[in-house]
Amino acid sequence: MRATPPVMVGAIELRGVEKRYGAQAALAGVSLAVAAGEFVALVGGSGSGKTTLLKTINGLIRPDGGEILVQGERVGDQPPYVLRRKIGYVFQEIGLFPHLSVAENIAITPKLSGWDTARIAQRTETLLDLVALPPGVGTRAPAELSGGQRQRVGVARALAAEPKIMLMDEPFGALDPLTRDQLGSDYRQLHERLGLTTVMVTHDMAEAVLLADRIVVLAHGRIVADGKPAELLATTKDPEVRALLEAPKRQAERLRARLAGEAS
Amino acid sequence: MSARMAAAWALLPDYLAWHVLLSASALVLGVVISLPLAVAASRSARLRWPVLGMASLIQTIPSLALLALFYPLLLAISALSVRTLGVGFPALGFLPSLLALTLYSMLPILRNGVTGITGVDPALREAADGVGMTPRQKLLKVELPLAAPVIMAGVRTAAVWTIGAATLSTPVGQTSLGNYIFSGLQTENWVFVLFGCAASAALALVADQLLALVETAARQRSRALAIAGFAGLAAGVVLALLPLVSFGQPAAYVIGAKNFSEQYILAELMADRLQGAGARVQRKEDLGSAVAYRALAAGEIDAYVDYSGTLWTNVLKRPDNPGRRAVLGQLTTELKRRDGVLVLGSLGFENAYAFVMRPDRAAALHITSIADLAREAPQLNLGSDLEFLSRPEWKAVEGAYGLRFRSQRAYQPTFMYRALSGGEADVISAFSSDGRIAADHLVVLSDPRGAIPPYDAVVLISPKRAHDARLLAALQPLIGKIPVEAMRQANLTVDRDQAKATPAEAAAALRKQLGL
Repeated sequence: MRATPPVMVGAIELRGVEKRYGAQAALAGVSLAVAAGEFVALVGGSGSGKTTLLKTINGLIRPDGGEILVQGERVGDQPPYVLRRKIGYVFQEIGLFPHLSVAENIAITPKLSGWDTARIAQRTETLLDLVALPPGVGTRAPAELSGGQRQRVGVARALAAEPKIMLMDEPFGALDPLTRDQLGSDYRQLHERLGLTTVMVTHDMAEAVLLADRIVVLAHGRIVADGKPAELLATTKDPEVRALLEAPKRQAERLRARLAGEAS
Repeated sequence: MSARMAAAWALLPDYLAWHVLLSASALVLGVVISLPLAVAASRSARLRWPVLGMASLIQTIPSLALLALFYPLLLAISALSVRTLGVGFPALGFLPSLLALTLYSMLPILRNGVTGITGVDPALREAADGVGMTPRQKLLKVELPLAAPVIMAGVRTAAVWTIGAATLSTPVGQTSLGNYIFSGLQTENWVFVLFGCAASAALALVADQLLALVETAARQRSRALAIAGFAGLAAGVVLALLPLVSFGQPAAYVIGAKNFSEQYILAELMADRLQGAGARVQRKEDLGSAVAYRALAAGEIDAYVDYSGTLWTNVLKRPDNPGRRAVLGQLTTELKRRDGVLVLGSLGFENAYAFVMRPDRAAALHITSIADLAREAPQLNLGSDLEFLSRPEWKAVEGAYGLRFRSQRAYQPTFMYRALSGGEADVISAFSSDGRIAADHLVVLSDPRGAIPPYDAVVLISPKRAHDARLLAALQPLIGKIPVEAMRQANLTVDRDQAKATPAEAAAALRKQLGL
């Protein structure tokens, strides 16, 4: 297995991170380095520890052991809210504040960070455009939007304070396949345009293969595979990991076969 | 009828103002205390149980008892504060009422507060953390705004409870809409009772509707509605409080009264004399016996009428009966020495405890004295007022004659007379100056062993007013001027069922009759 790209600016680094819930180890000493600009997908079955791992990075979960560095600073050395204002966070439930308008939701982190009103207004407008929402939705309530539009607002809110790092927990998991595909590829473009470092949790291997530069597979709180999608398939010997990686390919082949059969 | 309505309306500004001041203060204080507690309880499950349990426990205490309990408590704390800091505070009236009502208002606010805050969607908490809010920002910008409609619903419930329960602050000496109800019940002035109920219910409804506006505002996140609701509440409170504003007026004299007609009439008589001398007067009516004397000694009321035997047995704790003149003489020196209380003098009549029967029943059983009564007592039912059975006078009589009744029941004085005429009670503990004794031709049993002490009606003056020339000059002319017949007649006009007079009317008639 080829080593991860040489760490020029260590965007995120985990060293021997442990987390236990009772007797159950959610993370059993995980070490992982993510370089600036990387798009990493964390995959694994439920209970593999992928969400726990993601949440230790922005301090939503405090690890029992090990240490985590974000842009060279140790998580826990500064108040968690200072760290989180520098990291975008998107999750499946979206969590738009129902008592605030779309624009107010997007503006929340810049406002907390003390930006002036004019700059916030301008940023909000830019973001609506960036996530391909019409400018008119800014004054609407989140409840008036469709699921896909809501998650676009969620992404805009996470990007508002110009973070360099984005953490995403099954961000498109609750959307219909078409919207999900569209939003995924839109986000991948944003990732490149803005030069972001993205860590995304997903249980959908196809999504991971399509979007990420690098796939990290977790099982029982340990990393069992780590590499570029194509490399992983070529090198891994673990049958479980192979099965997981081959699933999208098998699915695509079956799909093609069935659709061809029906056509003939 | 219309005269009583007019009397009720005339009292409304003062009663309503105090009622609004009291319940609004209690509600604001309740919110100020309960909200932080609710936030803390919503954060910690270990705190939640004791906090909500405590609030529920307070709710199970009858509200009247809760109000009553604060009086001795504050009295003790005030005494302690006088000893340690040199300053006391009133234990009667506004403060105990405020504290009790505040405690009473807390449960719904706490309960809804905890429900509202813990009910916020966990995804929104996660989002609040994720966007970089501090715990304080999360509370103020996310949790409280989202819980606001539920919290406001709790505040509404608390407001309605508090306004209702505030009517019970009358017996601890706080003027409220309850004054209509308590004095109305006492003098069988049902117009007053209904008026008090209606006024308190109307106030509760108005407050509830204005708070409902704020609740709707919180639910629809409408700033305009919220402003309208709060402006309505503020305007209502300010308007209601206007009668209490007395720019630069001298402090009023406070005249006390216990909870029966004769006391109301005498309080009116004294108040009238003072007002005639150009003084401002406040009344604190419906006080319990022990409360009244302690309030006077503490300077919370300036003057009231008590009875020598009551003071002799309850304040000086004397079991003996050295005779009318000796009791009065010793009281005058002892109360002065003990508490600095001035016994201005006897009004000229006695209002003693007396055992009273219907003439037909007394004749049939051959009862003319308490000694005769003791013989027949095991087959008879005793009706008494609410205090008598727990007073030392009853212990004295019970011991002296060996009284053992078949049953003993306590009534409001009004209902006690009903019980006697209806036959539920064979004998009652009456007051000898009660007009109903003569009007109903009731038989007063003699006391051959002198077990019941004399009960001269005496005017008492608080220590701080003992040298107040205007007060003394106004009340001195009443001393020795009221014969028992005149008092009975005045009492009867208030107590009877037909052509009832208000205490103020009775006092005016008495003054005219006596040429005062």
